Amino acid sequence: MMNHDARINAQAAEGRMKKKREVIKESRCAAKLAPQDSQLKKIMAYGDTLNDGWMQLSFTLPVTKGELAKQAAIQLAGKMGLEDVGVVFMQELDPRFTFFIIYGRCQHTIDLSTIKVVEAQVERMDYYQINAYIEEKIGRKIIAVGACTGSDAHTVGIDAILNMKGYAGEYGLERYPWFEVYNMGSQVPNEELVAKAIELNADVILVSQIVTQKNIHIDNLTELADLLEAEEIRDKVVLIVGGPRISHKLAVELGYDAGFGPGTLPADVGSFAAVEVAKRIAANDSEANQSTS
Amino acid sequence: MSSYEEMTGKLNLDPRVIARARHAAKQIAAQVQRETEKYTTTAVERTVARLFGIDGVNEDGVPLPNVVVEHIHQHCDLARGAAIWIGAAIAAYSLSPQQVAEQITVGKLKLGKEPRAALSQGEEIATDLARHAATKIAARRQERTALIARLGEGEWPLLYLIVATGNIYEDVTQAKAAARQGADIIAVIRSTAQSLLDYVPYGATTEGYGGTYATQENFRIMRAALDEVGEEIKRYIRLVNYCSGLCMPEIAAMGAMERLDMMLNDAMYGILFRDINMQRTFIDQHFSRMINGFAGIIINTGEDNYLTTADAYEAAHTVLASDLINEQLALSAGLHSEQLGLGHAFELNPDLEDGLLYEIAQAEMTRQIFPDAPLKYMPPTKYMTGNIFKGYLMNHMFNFVGVLTGQGIQLLGVPVEAIHTPFMHDRWLAIDSAKYVFNNARHLRNEIYYRPGGKIEQRAQRVLQQAVDLLEKIEKIGLTKAIEEGTFADIKRRYDGGRGRVGVVEKSKDYFNPFFSLFMVSSEEDR
Repeated sequence: MMNHDARINAQAAEGRMKKKREVIKESRCAAKLAPQDSQLKKIMAYGDTLNDGWMQLSFTLPVTKGELAKQAAIQLAGKMGLEDVGVVFMQELDPRFTFFIIYGRCQHTIDLSTIKVVEAQVERMDYYQINAYIEEKIGRKIIAVGACTGSDAHTVGIDAILNMKGYAGEYGLERYPWFEVYNMGSQVPNEELVAKAIELNADVILVSQIVTQKNIHIDNLTELADLLEAEEIRDKVVLIVGGPRISHKLAVELGYDAGFGPGTLPADVGSFAAVEVAKRIAANDSEANQSTS
Repeated sequence: MSSYEEMTGKLNLDPRVIARARHAAKQIAAQVQRETEKYTTTAVERTVARLFGIDGVNEDGVPLPNVVVEHIHQHCDLARGAAIWIGAAIAAYSLSPQQVAEQITVGKLKLGKEPRAALSQGEEIATDLARHAATKIAARRQERTALIARLGEGEWPLLYLIVATGNIYEDVTQAKAAARQGADIIAVIRSTAQSLLDYVPYGATTEGYGGTYATQENFRIMRAALDEVGEEIKRYIRLVNYCSGLCMPEIAAMGAMERLDMMLNDAMYGILFRDINMQRTFIDQHFSRMINGFAGIIINTGEDNYLTTADAYEAAHTVLASDLINEQLALSAGLHSEQLGLGHAFELNPDLEDGLLYEIAQAEMTRQIFPDAPLKYMPPTKYMTGNIFKGYLMNHMFNFVGVLTGQGIQLLGVPVEAIHTPFMHDRWLAIDSAKYVFNNARHLRNEIYYRPGGKIEQRAQRVLQQAVDLLEKIEKIGLTKAIEEGTFADIKRRYDGGRGRVGVVEKSKDYFNPFFSLFMVSSEEDR
């Protein structure tokens, strides 16, 4: 262990020396101009010095612990673009499996100016602002139906957003006086969810997908979107999905209005839902006006 | 220990209050029991068929126990129980139980037309079949006792680890590695949604979602693997599966026959978290627990789940109240206190000031109120995030409380909770560090007194008092009403709602199930 640490420190020092000139140059630039993140063209991982590239990773190889296994791990890290690779820890998990903790300096750089980001465009309001917004812009309660669909039995996500008590100190949407919430719970077939949404004339459908093994969530989410299209209510409802492996980008690709990932709070969803429902109503009204005029 | 501490424990809990709580829970359980005794279910009757040796599936993949019970339901009278009809067919046509099932499914045999004599003979035959099944289960129980005596077992808290690859053969690799690393108990996570299947899938699972199915073949494969690794490391490795959902008693029977050691087997979990009909669940849990009791299986109850939907600080007393109800329902099904892995969890919001004190209060209180039960202690899940480093620390705060309060079964948290099912090294990280915590603080428990009138003592006393109040309220309104009102886990379920109600059948006066007396009597003798 000590040897590895010592080696890594030595390498780090050496790396720092090499990069010193560049770093000074860049930090001077930074002082002058302070570029936006989106203007940065050569970003490297950061350990304790700009552009040192240090990162840590851990993985298991299905190989017996020994020098051969270690060299294999170093080569694998090399193929990932790591240099000065140090295996700081190696452990037999089973006679044929070895676990590694590795440090190395990643040589890859990233050009941020070429990255396009898709995010749900919401100005986040709080509990009071959301309720006031709905009262003013919509003038009636927003009806929301939520469920964990398909075979998914994990209600942790949907409950965090909907339940009275909410999550991380924020009330769930059930507590909002201007939301009328129906939480259908777990393992709800898509057909039942759609039927309920039609019955209640829902404004918002919230789906939670926690189980993502073998991409089962993709099939399930696609099916729901298709069903709503088939019932011709897709345009009427704001369709939202949440879950640990859900991104807004993925959700939009699947035909949803928004996707919320880990760390989402009830007010994030509430804000989005309120604004979108208001938009739909406004759009419908103008459509109605056009057809009558 | 002073005699005073023997009476009141480390938390100065009033034994009279505990006795009141237990008395109320006993009344609640008795009410439930009186109501459920009038009914049987298709799952209970399929269990009888399984215990008689009926197994396998027909051409369409329908399990033969389902075929037989459906057939009896249609053509005979399921209100009398499946046993008498199967017994009568055996008497009338000189077939084995399996042959009866096979002939029914191909349409060669139609029950209900046996002569009167065959019916009375059938009762004797069914009783003999039941005795034979009970003998086999008793032998598996003795086998476990002998193995533990010869190989030894881990120290409390036992290290409970899950495997969840969805492929039983890959699960075997993971489970053996975990056992070699120090796991005492292996739980094979069950495929999502099995709880809602009204039949037990057949054969080995190689492509499950979120786990493998609880099938008899999967049980057999994992049992053999754990026995093998147990011999190698000279430690008995316990096997766990899920005795829950619409096939609760059938899975209990399969587990009893394949020498599983523990079963997740809660009286109310299915009602609350899977929306299974209340009546169906109460009937099924009773028979399943009778089997588990007779087979020497330790049950694990699911109160930890309440805290994933309700707040752990405010709802702490509902966990205790439910533990007490689960205890009484279990005792009334013939289980012993030593078989009760009553559930509770470390789920307080990590940002809460003095949260650790309240966790200690709850765990120590539970320990004291159920002195003979192993107790199943569950790790944090609700507040686990993708920050594996903080999660790792939270898991070890939990492990520390586990050893400090003398828990029996410690389900080890893995840092990747909330991300994906554990990788092989996640399990090793959990085991290696839990061993460190347990070993390092092994006897701290014996050195600790909590300050009289201090935060920990006061918290435990308050939770106990709230639990008594709640139990006495439930005693008045009945458990059914309490669940309808959303008392547990903030979830409301209606008596006539939920799945599986159609499988509930009112027993006729001449209902016959030879296992009831057999399992209960033997279980009594055991005491």
